[in-house]
Amino acid sequence: MGTRNLELEVMRYDPEKDKEPWFQSYTVPCNEDWVILDAINYIKDNLDTTLAYRWSCHMMVCGSCGMMVNGEPSLTCKTFVRELPDKVRIEPLENFPIERDLVVVLDDVIQKLHQVQPYIIRKDDPPPEDQEYIQSRGSLAKFKQLTMCINCMCCYAACPQYSLNKDFIGPAALALAHRYNRDNRDQGKSDRLDILADHDGVWDCSFVGACSEVCPKHVDPAAAIQQMKVDGAVEFWKQKMGIPGDKS
Amino acid sequence: MAIAKKAVVWGLFAAGGTLSSFVFPALIALFLLIATGNVPNGLQFEQFHTFASSWLGKACLFIVLFLSLWHAAHRLRVVAHDFGIRKDTLVANTVYAVAAIGTVLAAFYLFSIS
Amino acid sequence: MSRNPYVRPISTTTWYMRHGRYKVYVLRELTSFLVMFYSFLTLFGLYALSTSPERWEAFLVSQQGAGMIVFHAVALLYFLFFQTFPWFKLAPKAMPVQVGETKVPDNAIIIGHYVAWAVLTLFIFWLAGVL
Repeated sequence: MGTRNLELEVMRYDPEKDKEPWFQSYTVPCNEDWVILDAINYIKDNLDTTLAYRWSCHMMVCGSCGMMVNGEPSLTCKTFVRELPDKVRIEPLENFPIERDLVVVLDDVIQKLHQVQPYIIRKDDPPPEDQEYIQSRGSLAKFKQLTMCINCMCCYAACPQYSLNKDFIGPAALALAHRYNRDNRDQGKSDRLDILADHDGVWDCSFVGACSEVCPKHVDPAAAIQQMKVDGAVEFWKQKMGIPGDKS
Repeated sequence: MAIAKKAVVWGLFAAGGTLSSFVFPALIALFLLIATGNVPNGLQFEQFHTFASSWLGKACLFIVLFLSLWHAAHRLRVVAHDFGIRKDTLVANTVYAVAAIGTVLAAFYLFSIS
Repeated sequence: MSRNPYVRPISTTTWYMRHGRYKVYVLRELTSFLVMFYSFLTLFGLYALSTSPERWEAFLVSQQGAGMIVFHAVALLYFLFFQTFPWFKLAPKAMPVQVGETKVPDNAIIIGHYVAWAVLTLFIFWLAGVL
């Protein structure tokens, strides 16, 4: 198995010692089949145990290992070394405050995920205990893609509107709201409307589309947000004309 | 109410964007043709004036101008924000005022063609 | 262990230089100037049309010239590649169509837009007497 020496330039920041972040270089002998997370783990195991970073599953389902790889928001367990040049710059996810080294503060986004009420909201009674909700494959197809989000926050790192305005609720939160609005078991669209229709909700998005481009799970939050804008515009005119909105 | 203003403005932006995407290439191509000195028959005074006198002609021209103006206005508001001009209310009022003036002028000129 | 999170500064005026996709986005958004420009140019034409035949002739003459040819040619290409074609490409995202279980493929919607655009353009050219 061939190995290639990669030079990793990794952003470091010690909150107790450093005034600002700086770069440290490491030379890592990488196997052909490695992902960049393997290289970072190599640094931790063999070169520098002080390096702090998040990772867990190593299989693109936990969303922990998001970082900037040569300026691109990436899941480091999904970014193959064979697709990278010899020099690789590793930085913490853009648009988030740096806690330490490659660890970022995610409080803002976690709070926004809560804000959209990401759970089934019922106005009618749920089906009786011995029955289930009826959901056809067609109904599931309407929102299944949106359920794939692993909360890696690469979309927030890519979104320029979020970088310019931290009040913007952002791609993952909006995609999550849309996931429930599109779920036929849910009847909470009107409950979510206030947050979404607010000027820091869907309207802050200018359809740059970077979020969908970087999303490792192909959730396509940009599409979700545009659909919500259409929904919002249609809903406005329906209200004006006195047409009752659907319960969901 | 927040949803009201943004929803309406975005609706105009979306409709105007769709319409201008479809229509403006032809429009620019016509200006290009005129620039070469070859004015097509339909744009000679007689024909074009007749077209613009008809209610259908007036409606088409007005809708294209109205939606395109508001589309451009809203987008310019976002462009200003993207370039670091953060006085959003001032920018919004300015661009929408320009669109409103354009709309009124369009209506006025079209109305006076008979 | 005390927390001292570091906020990386970004420029509100040059942030788009950081990545190719942002530069493309900005170029796309700048086509709005063209939309505003051609709207007002058309308005100016309507003013001339509504005033007198002489005014209209003068307007047509004023629009001639090598400079105008270059400007309109460049504007046309810029508009096509940074407004019309991107708009068509993004259209299926805003209006997904699902028949039963299957989603109508994006390409179908995009091609539909191109066909409609071609037909409309030919119609406008026919109306204007170009064809």
